[in-house]
Amino acid sequence: MKQWFKSGAPWIWLNGGAVALCMVMVLGLLGLIAVRGFSHFWPAEIVEFRVGNDSIGQGQQVVGQHVRSQTIPVQVARDAGIAVPPDLGEDELVTRHLIKQGNRDVTGRDFAWYPEIQMTEWMAPPDVIMLERREWGDFYGFPRRLLEDGEVVAEGDGLWDALQERVARSNALFREIRRIERRDVGIISERMEELRLQERGLQRDPDIDEAVLADRLDAMHAEREVLESEFRVLRAELDELHAANRRDTLVAMIAGGEEVEISVGDIVRATKNNDMSLASKLREYMYRFWHFVSGEPREANTEGGIFPAIFGTVTMVLLMSLIVSPFGVLAAIYLREYAKQGPLLKLIRISVYNLAGVPSIVYGVFGLGFFVYTLGGSLDELFYSDRLPSPTFGSPALIWASLTLALLTLPVVIVSTEEGLARIPSSVRQGSLALGATKSETLWKVVVPLATPAMMTGMILAIARAAGEVAPLMLVGVVKLAPTLPVDGTFPFVHLDRQIMHLGFHIYDVGFQSPNVEAARPLVYATALILVILIIVLNMTAISVRNRLRERYRAASD
Amino acid sequence: MNDISQSPERRQIAPGGSRSLLPSPDQRERLRKRRAFKDHFSRYGIGIAGIGVVAALAMIFVYLFSEVAPMFRSASVSPQASYNAPGVDADDELVHLALERYNILGSSFSRSGRATFFEIADGDVRASFELPTPDGAEVSAVGVGAPRSQSIAYGFDNGQVALGVVEYEMTFPDNQRHIEPKLTQPLGDEPITLDEQGRALSVIGVQVSDRGSYIAGATDDGRLLVASFDTRQNLMTGEVTVEQTVVELPGIEGEPQQILIDGRFRHLYVSDERGYIHHFDISNLNNVEYVEAVQVTDSGYVSSMAYLNGTVSVIAGTSEGELSQWIPVRDSHNAYSLVRIRDFASYNGAIRHIQPEYIRRGFLVGDDRGNVGIHYTTSGRDLFQSSLSDQAIRMTAISPSNNLALITDQGNQLQVAEVSNPHPEISFSALWNKVWYEGRSEPRHVWQASSGSNEFEPKMSLMPLTVGTLKAAFYAMLFATPLALMGAVYTAYFMTPRLRGKVKPTIEIMEALPTVILGFLAGLWLAPFIEGSLPAVFSILIFMPLAMLATAYAWSRLPENLRNAIPDGWEAVLLLPTILLVGWLSVAMSPYLEIWLFDGSMRQWLTNIGINYDQRNALVVGIAMGFAVIPTIFSIAEDAVFNVPRHLTQGSLALGATRWQTVMGVVLPTASPGMFSAVMMGFGRAVGETMIVLMATGNSPIMNFNIFEGMRTLSANIAVELPETAVGSSHFRVLFLAALVLLGFTFVINTAAEIVRQRLRKRYSSL
Repeated sequence: MKQWFKSGAPWIWLNGGAVALCMVMVLGLLGLIAVRGFSHFWPAEIVEFRVGNDSIGQGQQVVGQHVRSQTIPVQVARDAGIAVPPDLGEDELVTRHLIKQGNRDVTGRDFAWYPEIQMTEWMAPPDVIMLERREWGDFYGFPRRLLEDGEVVAEGDGLWDALQERVARSNALFREIRRIERRDVGIISERMEELRLQERGLQRDPDIDEAVLADRLDAMHAEREVLESEFRVLRAELDELHAANRRDTLVAMIAGGEEVEISVGDIVRATKNNDMSLASKLREYMYRFWHFVSGEPREANTEGGIFPAIFGTVTMVLLMSLIVSPFGVLAAIYLREYAKQGPLLKLIRISVYNLAGVPSIVYGVFGLGFFVYTLGGSLDELFYSDRLPSPTFGSPALIWASLTLALLTLPVVIVSTEEGLARIPSSVRQGSLALGATKSETLWKVVVPLATPAMMTGMILAIARAAGEVAPLMLVGVVKLAPTLPVDGTFPFVHLDRQIMHLGFHIYDVGFQSPNVEAARPLVYATALILVILIIVLNMTAISVRNRLRERYRAASD
Repeated sequence: MNDISQSPERRQIAPGGSRSLLPSPDQRERLRKRRAFKDHFSRYGIGIAGIGVVAALAMIFVYLFSEVAPMFRSASVSPQASYNAPGVDADDELVHLALERYNILGSSFSRSGRATFFEIADGDVRASFELPTPDGAEVSAVGVGAPRSQSIAYGFDNGQVALGVVEYEMTFPDNQRHIEPKLTQPLGDEPITLDEQGRALSVIGVQVSDRGSYIAGATDDGRLLVASFDTRQNLMTGEVTVEQTVVELPGIEGEPQQILIDGRFRHLYVSDERGYIHHFDISNLNNVEYVEAVQVTDSGYVSSMAYLNGTVSVIAGTSEGELSQWIPVRDSHNAYSLVRIRDFASYNGAIRHIQPEYIRRGFLVGDDRGNVGIHYTTSGRDLFQSSLSDQAIRMTAISPSNNLALITDQGNQLQVAEVSNPHPEISFSALWNKVWYEGRSEPRHVWQASSGSNEFEPKMSLMPLTVGTLKAAFYAMLFATPLALMGAVYTAYFMTPRLRGKVKPTIEIMEALPTVILGFLAGLWLAPFIEGSLPAVFSILIFMPLAMLATAYAWSRLPENLRNAIPDGWEAVLLLPTILLVGWLSVAMSPYLEIWLFDGSMRQWLTNIGINYDQRNALVVGIAMGFAVIPTIFSIAEDAVFNVPRHLTQGSLALGATRWQTVMGVVLPTASPGMFSAVMMGFGRAVGETMIVLMATGNSPIMNFNIFEGMRTLSANIAVELPETAVGSSHFRVLFLAALVLLGFTFVINTAAEIVRQRLRKRYSSL
């Protein structure tokens, strides 16, 4: 034993253990996110059981989905205010289960812990349904009747098919309503706003002729009236659609035996989780996954999809790479090829390298102060003074977020491009110069192409960093809920002054600012999963591009 | 190719180049020019872009600095106009001067009871009002309430008082702002009797707040009276009734000079001619108590005193020109006593007038040699002190927006002066030293920058945030450094190349993980998990290394042929089952440990022995941020160890040293600068990390190093507060300062690490 200690082997093993521990942590973390994130979409079994002391009439029926379990000492359970039977000793353990029982509108509590003691066997009744709703979260219960304008239209066996059919109809109506609200009404209100600004601009114009002014104002009034009548037509159309959407009602029994009415117009999707084959569960899984990725958030972001966040993140990162790549590469070329090498340059180089290690929040502060308030404020005064005091560029916006992140990732691009340039053997350069090429010809036709893979590496690193960065964005352009996407069909198509949603900020906001953390938790895991996947995919694409470029230029460098 | 294949002779044979494929001289000239132009264009274009980028990065420094710099500038006062104080006749006396918030109207009150409102620009009188005077009585005393209440009380020689409150009505006829001044009398149109005996009032003090009004007076026969007025409006008739309670205070030695009442009607202070302030507790009018007398000066008297905004601090100025700040401090028996907490720069002459600011803790001072000064309490700054008149200063006024002052001297000459004093509350000592804030019993480091109340004193000490930052970084480093450095040594030196090729990319993935994900896992998963199984954390800490050693020993006892089946360098993989087993066992055993060792709940047990436990604490942050820092340290340290020249280690091994001896004796000494710079880089990253601390701590700015409590870091503080501050305010600039501090700190650390690394690289190349 002593000999063994003296040989130093134990220390080697301990060092090895440190590596193993790191690996376990990384893989465990990725696994945790993957398992929790992916299981969010699985149509899990809905269980039914009774808890409490039935003999004294305190029993309770519970229907819902199992979330997680916990084994804790009785003392801890009592401290946490969990009802533990008084006959249990201090030194015993209790297991409790967190059940998602939904029906927030009826019970007020959509998640509840139940102690395992006095719990009956869990059963999975085949006729229990789960409804995903537009309001009040999920619903669990047993369907009874389907009403159309108050008349019973389906009951018993035909109920399920009738329900599915009517949910499909109401979803179609809902899409129509959204289309009108978003597009048609949006266009009208935008035009109205434009008119208002024009009118204000005219009235403030000191040199305008009275008659011309009156003419222009009349024309505007006429146009406004046309718009208003168009709006009234749309309004009527919307009212009609809403009324049609309210036609059907589902009567269902919830745990405890109470019957409740649910408007079919509120239902997004109805599933019978306990009565599904594996194939249909998989189909349901894909459906839910797709809707998560492509849908819009609901209920203060705690439900629905995250498409605007994905879109915002990608747009912002793309815009950022458009800004950062030319400047980063030019700066690196300057530092390596043109600047006079000396102590000053060495100092500059170290400073630039170090900026990569400066906390990102510092860039956010700079972005807010300089870009948003100083630069954006002056832009507003110069070009958008009609709209003041409501700011156009003088508030957090997509362009400022991209610029700030470009500044943040600039050192990364510079460093890796410079490294790439430094690796190119001087013989290549000298060869080119000896053949009579000018310095710029050598640079652009020989050196830069050879260094392209290094530049791509820099871009990859920059994109990966930018996609995951949140702290500076909280200050310069990201919001929890953006009403519109930054790119759409109205002129000028890319709206640099709009605020965006961002995956990372979405995680922070939903996980830490939402009133119902338990309901939001699975969604946060799923969002985190998407963000991790997005970052890995961005990395992989860029890496494959880099490898292809490397292959192409290998011949040149040999 | 053509150029070369054609010999010079042939070119001469065919002059004019009609058949030659060579470009003509002027074509070549043009080409040369174009190439030269391109070369220049490229050179200058790249030069401009490169310098521009470097300048843009440098601008971060410059800009942050420019936002911070105005905080440390002194105040300036520049006189604009001068005229005779309007509304004050030669035989009358100016007793009060005020400004409204748009700096359009000023108001002057004369001893005879006349209020005059005048245009500040030229002194033209806009309106004037007279307060009712009882028949045959003369004004014998005047008292002024807190600036925000805009109230003034007159005492008469028949024991009666009158209270006036200034109101401004704002209208917008023709889109122009028009301000109409009014003088209202909240206690009714008629003077009110304070002294039933009808003696003359020699001194009176007044305070008006939303809780009612109090007037106190000293009669010429030495009695002190205090009256509370409760006004009620009848909802039906709109009639105002005033309920009045008059109480006589215990008598004092000495002659009252000035009386102050606070806005909560709890304390009443009377200054006398011997340099004392007498302190009364008037919170219960049925039982008024004389608390104490404190001596402000022993050689003169208190020539002027005034409440600051919030009516907690009293500024006392003496006949010797000294200025001091006094606050009531509560002791352990809930009894208040006046404490002198701060002194300010002194004046040549006796202090004649102290004018508090409206919404800040600053004040203007005038002395009887014509000096005027501006001071600020929280920061203890003397912002301005200069002679503005050759006569004694009679009265000063400061605008509610703090940018205009009126100064009148004994000769009734009124000066209008523009004041620039945007950030008096910040000083080096206010940011970094302990500060005695109002309402506290001792100087403390406190960060509490904003509140809903106008009377709030902002507390902007960066100390708690800096300590929080260092605390978070410290625990993160405690977790990360051993793991990362040991892992780096093993990976670089012992691990088989095949495994190394898998480990390094995994660590790189770890580095690419967005910190927001780590933060959310720390806050939503790790924090509740640790709270639920606290003993598991400690048992892992203890048993994990032991179990690793045990596994290693067991491995060494295995038969030779079994051991040889797996070559050296795979120890890490062999340890995986051990790690998983110990981890699982610790978690599974945690509830039993809690029952056996900690009476059922470790959290409760900790609380019982006096350790606070927050769910989101430094332990959680340490693990989560450690996780974020490990890859930074690991990659740099691994590089340093891996690049130790092979001939050194091979030499050591050849001389008979074991592999571990080689590591300790040769590899580590050579690579230690690199490992040091790795740790520095990791520390730099931990200091600036925002999202993890934002999400995994409670963000309460406390100052301690308890591992079970949270903290607030500089970076998280910026993220929380910057979006909600007013642009250009002192709070805004302090947050910029916090960013600058972070920038400077990480910059210095990274530069040091970078220099160490470059030195090391040079050394390796020479070895």
